[in-house]
Amino acid sequence: MAVKFVRPKIPKFAPDPWAIQFDQQGRLRHLLTIEGLGPEWITRILDTAEGFVSVTDREIKKVPLLRGRTVVNLFFEASTRTRTTFELAAKRLSADVLNLNLATSATKKGESLLDTLHNIEAMQADMFVVRHEQSGAAHFIARHVAPHVSVLNAGDGWHSHPTQALLDAFTVRRHKGDFTPLRIAIVGDVRHSRVARSQMHVFNSLNVGELRVIAPRTLLPTDVDKLGVRVFHDMREGLKDVDVIIMLRLQRERMESGLLPSEEEFYRLYGLTEEKLAWAKDDAIVMHPGPANRGVEIESSVADGPQSVILEQVSNGIGVRMAVMSLCMSANRGENT
Amino acid sequence: MHTNREMPLRMTQTDRLLPVDDAIARLKRQIRESMDRGELHDPLVVGIHTGGVWVAESLHRALECHEPLGRLNITFYRDDFNTLGLHPQVSPSDLPVKVDGRDIVLVDDVLFTGRTVRAAMNELFDYGRPSRIRLAVLYQRNGRELPVCADWVGQEPVLAEGEHIRVEGPDPVTAEIVTRREAQEH
Repeated sequence: MAVKFVRPKIPKFAPDPWAIQFDQQGRLRHLLTIEGLGPEWITRILDTAEGFVSVTDREIKKVPLLRGRTVVNLFFEASTRTRTTFELAAKRLSADVLNLNLATSATKKGESLLDTLHNIEAMQADMFVVRHEQSGAAHFIARHVAPHVSVLNAGDGWHSHPTQALLDAFTVRRHKGDFTPLRIAIVGDVRHSRVARSQMHVFNSLNVGELRVIAPRTLLPTDVDKLGVRVFHDMREGLKDVDVIIMLRLQRERMESGLLPSEEEFYRLYGLTEEKLAWAKDDAIVMHPGPANRGVEIESSVADGPQSVILEQVSNGIGVRMAVMSLCMSANRGENT
Repeated sequence: MHTNREMPLRMTQTDRLLPVDDAIARLKRQIRESMDRGELHDPLVVGIHTGGVWVAESLHRALECHEPLGRLNITFYRDDFNTLGLHPQVSPSDLPVKVDGRDIVLVDDVLFTGRTVRAAMNELFDYGRPSRIRLAVLYQRNGRELPVCADWVGQEPVLAEGEHIRVEGPDPVTAEIVTRREAQEH
C-alpha cells in the first residue's frame, strides 16, 4: 500500500509538557525531559542505577527483570554510542531488543510516523527509545502510543537528552558526592546542545552550588538568563575554582553558518588544553558526552588524562539507562494497563 | 536438617517470638556444630538485604570468617515485578569474594513464602557456581509457597493469617509480630 509520506507536524508543547511523563498514580511512565522530575525522582533514578552498575561488574552481566519484554530503538537520526548503550542496557535487563534505523527505512518508503508506530505496537512492543532530529518528537510519540507502551527520549533536536544528563549527574555524584558545594562549568556550543539543556535542568534540580556556562556569545541560547546559570566568555575566569568541567561537542556545521570564525580560533579560546585545565581545581574532573573532537574542543592529552572520566561516563550510561527502563516499565504494570 | 527442637521455645512476655539475640545464639551453635561435623567447609556468609544482612553480620563475627561478608539485594530477581514494579532500592548487592566452588551460608531474617530465597539463589548463580548453598534464618514461619526449607533455624513460630514478623535494626536488631494492618501502616 503506497501511503504518501507526510512528516507529522510536531505540535508546540502543551502548558504542562512534562505531566505526560507520569501515570495516574504518579509513577514515572515516560522519560522525555528532565523538567518536572524534581530532585526526588532524579535521586531515585541515580540510586537505582547504583544497583545496576554493580551488575556490570559481575561474571554474568544480566538480570532477569525485563524478561519477555520488547524494547524498540526508534532512531530517526544516526547515533552509535547512545543506541548501543540503550541496546546493551535492555539486553542486560533480559529484554528483547529491536533496532530500527528509520532514517533509512520505512519512512523513506512513504509510511507516516504514526503508521510506523502502530505497526511496531502491533508487534507487542513495551518500550520505544526514540531519537529524532526534531525537538518534541518523543513527546509527540508519547502522546500517541498505546497505554502499555513507555517512551524514552534518546535525544530530540536541540531540546533534550535526559538520559545523558542523568548519567552525567551519576558520574559527578560518584566522584564528588554531595552536589551542593560544587561548581560545575559547561563549556562550548551550549546553544545547539540538547545535552547542555538537560544538564542545566538536572544540576539545578540537584541544587548544585554554582552552575556556569563558558561560551562565545554566538553559541549561547537566547534564553540563557532564564536557565539558572552564570555566564562566562573567558575560560580563565570561568574555570577558576571549578570542580567539574563538561566539554560539549562542537559541530562543524557551526563554522559554516558563520557563528564562529574558525576551528583554530575556537580551540585557542575555548578548547580544553592542559594549560587551561590547570586553571580549575586540582581535583577537577573532565567530562564530555562524546563523540569528542580532539583538537577542536579538547586536547587529546586531556581527554586521555588522569582527570578525564569520559569513558566512565559511557559505562555509567548503561547502568543509568537500565534504571530508567526498569522504573518506566514498573509504571506500565498491573492495574494501570 | 538441624532444627531448633532441641529445647523448648522460650517466649517473650509481649509476644510469641524468641528474642533476636537468643535466636542468633541458636543459629551460631547449630552452624558451629555443622562445621565440627565437617558438613560445612570454610563458609562464605551472605546476608539478604536488609534484615538478613543484620543477622549475617552477627554470624560472620561469631564464625570468625576471614573473608568479608557478602550482601545480596534481590530487587532485580523478584518475581513480582509484573504486578508491583521495581521495589525501592536499598544498597546494591556486594559480593567481594568469588563464589565458585564455595560453601555459602545464605542468611535471612524471616523465611515465609520462600520467594526471596529463590530470588537470592538465582542471583548467587549469576556470580558463579557455588559448591553448596545452605540457608540460615532467624524465624522460619508458616506460609511457604515454594519448596524451600532452612538448614538452621532460630525459631519456628506459627502465625495466624494476617500476622507478620517485623524485624528492625541494625542496632539493636529486634523482632515482633504485627498484624497486616500494623505492618502496612509502618
